[in-house]
Amino acid sequence: MELYELSIHEALAALDRKEISSLDLTEAYLTRIERIDPSVQAYLTVTADQARAAARQADLRRAEGHAQPLLGIPIALKDIFCTRGIETTCGSRILKGFIPPYDATVAERLSEAGAVLLGKTNMDEFAMGSSTENSAFMPTHNPWDLGRVPGGSSGGSAAAVSAGLAAASLGTDTGGSIRQPASLCGVVGIKPTYGRVSRYGVIAFASSLDQVGPFARTVPDCALMLRVIAGHDPRDATSLPDPVPDYSSLPPGSLRGIRVGVPDEYFVSGMEPGVENGVRRAIDTLIELGAQVDTVSLPHTQYALAAYYLIAPAEASANLARYDSVKYGYRAPNPTSVLDSYQRTRGEGFGPEVKRRIMLGTYALSAGYYDAYYLKAQKVRTLIKADFDQAFARFDVLVAPTSPTVAFPLGSKTQDPLSMYLSDVCTLPVNLAGLPGMSIPCGLSDGLPVGLQLIGPPLGEEMLFRVARAYEATGQWTPTIPPLP
Amino acid sequence: MISREDVDHAAMLARLGLTEAEKQLLQTQLSSILEYMQALSQVDTSGIPPTAQVIPLRNVFRADEPATSLSVEDVLSNAPDREDDFFRFPPVFE
Repeated sequence: MELYELSIHEALAALDRKEISSLDLTEAYLTRIERIDPSVQAYLTVTADQARAAARQADLRRAEGHAQPLLGIPIALKDIFCTRGIETTCGSRILKGFIPPYDATVAERLSEAGAVLLGKTNMDEFAMGSSTENSAFMPTHNPWDLGRVPGGSSGGSAAAVSAGLAAASLGTDTGGSIRQPASLCGVVGIKPTYGRVSRYGVIAFASSLDQVGPFARTVPDCALMLRVIAGHDPRDATSLPDPVPDYSSLPPGSLRGIRVGVPDEYFVSGMEPGVENGVRRAIDTLIELGAQVDTVSLPHTQYALAAYYLIAPAEASANLARYDSVKYGYRAPNPTSVLDSYQRTRGEGFGPEVKRRIMLGTYALSAGYYDAYYLKAQKVRTLIKADFDQAFARFDVLVAPTSPTVAFPLGSKTQDPLSMYLSDVCTLPVNLAGLPGMSIPCGLSDGLPVGLQLIGPPLGEEMLFRVARAYEATGQWTPTIPPLP
Repeated sequence: MISREDVDHAAMLARLGLTEAEKQLLQTQLSSILEYMQALSQVDTSGIPPTAQVIPLRNVFRADEPATSLSVEDVLSNAPDREDDFFRFPPVFE
């Protein structure tokens, strides 16, 4: 077994037994990145020297007897997280060369936990997209089939974990940007409850929806990552004060007595039969584990996509007003006036999808259209959340597909924005309601991974990990790094 | 179908410089996206309040105490243009 194949828990055990050092582990990942990443293109920046220095530091600390939850474990961060002294672009030309003078809280917490940062991963520009093809710099390729997308917007972080280019990583999820790429790349990913993880230092897209979460190859690894990053942060007024449970110490067990709801509306028309079969098989496994499974209706699901694509662009249009060429980021050369600088900088600095969403959001918020679009969407959002509230009065957890399709070929949806938006049809209602959602691999369809989505009530992460852990322990899916050239 | 004037107006509100080709494409694409959004008008939302936030937090206060913040040099380190301890930019008033 190669070192880059070890789970975090296996690597920590090997480190504790002094069979390997963090430097060995870090070098194994750096070598693999050098060999494989030219074809996967998961990383925008590899911080090899800093990683080696951090690994040596971790080895020293371990020798001194320090115990930290991720001491010496190599990880990657989506390029949406500010990292002090390390270029942070958010996948955009407008932030090319931006070197943050401070760390995001999650970067700080991972570093305090002893993690070794390998680099920053590729993403759709400003997290707007479902394929990572909207990166201003390059597309990322799916490790299971290099001709296909890894999903998005956190496609680089998902592909890095899938291909053994990091032990774990962080992404963000505004409408499915952790769960959908986790599904398409065959890894575990969780979007926690809105407010569970601090967003301080996370470049904003849609502030009522954005949330940070981890990717890993196994459920306990994902749980450990979340335990490290979750919790209140005085620098994020929306972060929740509730204590963080020890998600990672859950033993695999039976699901006797657990009430599982299967929402009919998530088995949408256009869903690939291979995806539906994979999800139905996984549901049968949950029944064998003792869960009580029944169907449930979430009747406003069909309106979620329309509501989401008004609310998210509206918030984005306000958040992205900060790219004004004054304090940081790109400035078009030789501005003749304030207006000229704004217009040319933003026109040259933003890519097509970001412009489309700024325009859509600005239009939806503008005088005369606000009531018909934005306000209407926020009322429909109330109904979508009420559907979930009613479902969670009867069920502990809901299960559904994560994505209606497996990974699709690069370039196949770039000309049709609406068809790309439909990739998130099963994930974005969860963001609208602020709930935790998770994707775990549940098999292959024509050689490509299928994801099972678990949805919980507010702060129901523990229940999601419990169900995911029980499913994973059945061995229906074995964490696998696909063969790469 | 949204009008060309709507596209021009939104682009101006957003201070977004767009080429002629971009404006034409956006007029078509935004029209079809907004047509899809019309589905929302089928939903009866009478008496339904709009969502303001999805978590139960209210009025998050903190003590008004000085704390360490970034140095001037850190703040200016990414400036596209600067002069001494200031950001440099074209004049707002001529």
